[in-house]
Amino acid sequence: MKLNGSQMICESLIREGVDVIFGLPGGAILPLYQTLPEYPKLRHILVRHEQGAAHAADGYARVSGKPGVAWATSGPGATNLVTGIATAQMDSIPIVVIVGQVSRASIGSDAFQETDTTGITLPVTKHNYLVMSASEIPQIIKEAFYIANTGRPGPVLIDIPKDVQTEIAEFKYPSEIDLPGYKPTLEGNGAQIKRAAKLIKESQRPVILAGHGAIFSNAYDEIRELAEKAQIPVITTLLGISSFPEDHVLSVGMPGMHGMAYASLAIEEADLLIALGMRFDDRITGKPSAFSVNSKKIHVDIDPSEIGKNIKVDVPIVGDLKRVLAKLNLEVDPNTHVEWIQHIEELKRDHPSMNIRATEKLLPQYIINQISEATEGKAIVVTGVGQHQMWAAQHYVYTEPRSFVTSGGSGAMGYEVPGAMGAQVADPGRVVWSIAGDGGFQMTMAELATLVENKIPVKFAIINNQCLGMVRQWQEFFYDKDYVATMYTNNPDFVKLAEAFGMLGLRVSDKTQVRSAIEEAISYEGPALIDFMVEEEENVFPMIPAGQTVQDMIEENQPEKVR
Amino acid sequence: MNSKIPDTASKRTITALVQDKPGVLNRVASMFRRRGFNIESLAVGKSEESDLSRMTFVVDGDDRTVEQVTKHLHKLIDVIKVSDISDQNIVSRELALIRVKVNIQTRAEVMQVVGLFRANIIDVAPDSLIVEVVGDEDKIDSLHELLKEFGVVEVMRTGTIALNRGLEAAKKESRKSKHRNWGEAASV
Ligand SMILES: Cc1ncc(C[n+]2csc(CCOP(=O)(O)OP(=O)(O)O)c2C)c(N)n1
Repeated sequence: MKLNGSQMICESLIREGVDVIFGLPGGAILPLYQTLPEYPKLRHILVRHEQGAAHAADGYARVSGKPGVAWATSGPGATNLVTGIATAQMDSIPIVVIVGQVSRASIGSDAFQETDTTGITLPVTKHNYLVMSASEIPQIIKEAFYIANTGRPGPVLIDIPKDVQTEIAEFKYPSEIDLPGYKPTLEGNGAQIKRAAKLIKESQRPVILAGHGAIFSNAYDEIRELAEKAQIPVITTLLGISSFPEDHVLSVGMPGMHGMAYASLAIEEADLLIALGMRFDDRITGKPSAFSVNSKKIHVDIDPSEIGKNIKVDVPIVGDLKRVLAKLNLEVDPNTHVEWIQHIEELKRDHPSMNIRATEKLLPQYIINQISEATEGKAIVVTGVGQHQMWAAQHYVYTEPRSFVTSGGSGAMGYEVPGAMGAQVADPGRVVWSIAGDGGFQMTMAELATLVENKIPVKFAIINNQCLGMVRQWQEFFYDKDYVATMYTNNPDFVKLAEAFGMLGLRVSDKTQVRSAIEEAISYEGPALIDFMVEEEENVFPMIPAGQTVQDMIEENQPEKVR
Repeated sequence: MNSKIPDTASKRTITALVQDKPGVLNRVASMFRRRGFNIESLAVGKSEESDLSRMTFVVDGDDRTVEQVTKHLHKLIDVIKVSDISDQNIVSRELALIRVKVNIQTRAEVMQVVGLFRANIIDVAPDSLIVEVVGDEDKIDSLHELLKEFGVVEVMRTGTIALNRGLEAAKKESRKSKHRNWGEAASV
């Protein structure tokens, strides 16, 4: 079958199971756009900014487990994608990004809208391609999807010159992939798994520390089985949230910089740390040399370069978590750790990090708690970056997998609007709440137009503290309340803005109206926004200052620890 | 990773078999830069297979760094095989061209030093010579040092290339070799 390059791209995407593409056209990708009407199976969502396309593809991938697809034109279209690509790279999200490029003959001549896209994106992609002949398109797209969503997932970019999009060649979709340099290790080493089981058996105070890998490998059932069989408390990292039901008796929550005090203390006191699909990020370890020094460590990860990168481990296992746990669970004996679990209950009692103080004021924590109750822990929660993100991690009780969608590694403010769009497109049947910061929301709120246009019914809770809250908190704690460039004096009227975009807008400044506004937004058919005018100088507790240890943790009842 | 191995900084030789495609050198160099790894020397050339190149890196670092270097190299899709061959039975060679100042009095003396090192003189001008020397890094360093006395004008070095001795090792190095089992690898 002879096809032009653009038709080949569409045919290949359909064969990879793509059903939606987030994008925005321009000269260098126009041949591809003009071909799109021939392929009604490919739904295109026209974003308002290419950053939105990349974040939406990322949100789509996090919820569906399938690679998300974004595309854009050359030059500024490509560079606008970069924040979204880097965000996906930091959190290992499978997205495939297609970018138009100037025609082959013009490459290297500084032609109009020429950018070295593969050069720019090289360090923020898992792999990238510049396609120099239409005949390569099928093989490259096949490889791109394979690379994006196997091993440790990640973004793959394909740069396609305009004249390659119109070049005619024979189309045959390959059935095989030959990548001699890419063979992810999936099966864990049997001897290592036996050693891990032995450590688990000998341990008195074990904890599971589950990360993002637990979600990628769909190891939800296996983690639960391990936890229940050997009675091991489960702690989840920020990105590991929703890999274990938080209403489970063995759930201990999130540790680290803004984690639950008892989770950080449990890691500190543990004699065995079972790290599953996580990478000992500095937000978890604080000061690596002082991190859980008395524990032996088992580390399961699919990426060998994560083993021993930040923390020395005793039993490293490289492999796919689901498969490794399936084998490990056979080796592990039923056990109880009554004293240890009781001790953690005491820690929870003595360090009540989840408590929301009694006050008439409108607290962000209370709002998130109310959204959690109204949705019975079953919504998909998407966040921006900052205080509201930490409160959303802390105070929503996640009971289903793939429910917490947040930019962890990159910490990209602005994720909350397009990320939520992608999440909702991936699962139209679930309620999607975007817990947004008034700062981050303003970075990408143009996508509200996309939501209304495409009837994507995301519900927004803007935690409006009239400032860049998390930075303001750092200034309060570490710079003597010297609030440089963090306070907004002229935020827009978000309710009017919502109305201007054609969505429901509500404002809540009184605690008593919170629940009814949430219910109203949920029952509204389309996208809705609630502008919550919260207590402005509320702080996120507990806090372990960057690079410090559990001993330096500041809890809500110890403000004197702030210097 | 193992706590038994003392973390000592030393020079390590790493070889990589890579796809001979545009941009591969850039990917490798970019990874070294981004991760803050130092390359002492890097030599790239064709391998025995037309679509593959072989790279030899000499890197400076402790065991942890070198382990990370090899793992991150391995992570690049176009890199097929990575080996840290420092502790193996290897031959390593480097080629250097050294331009030395000479005059009537010193020429004979320089030629004598060159002869001692089994190096060659490949260009003779009235006031300078170009010396070609092949050997391991130490040998070239020593010759360079000795020639400084006469006045070294320019030095050009290729960087080290290295191979394992014996056929068994060669088999291990080929593209058909089984993928590294990280489960075990990570524990040694
Ligand atoms: C794109 C980007 N720019 C800057 C930052 C640094 N930063 C981290 S949190 C934060 C404040 C976020 O403010 P807001 O979105 O209102 O959320 P809040 O902390 O108030 O809940 C800033 C500026 C960032 N993470 N991302």
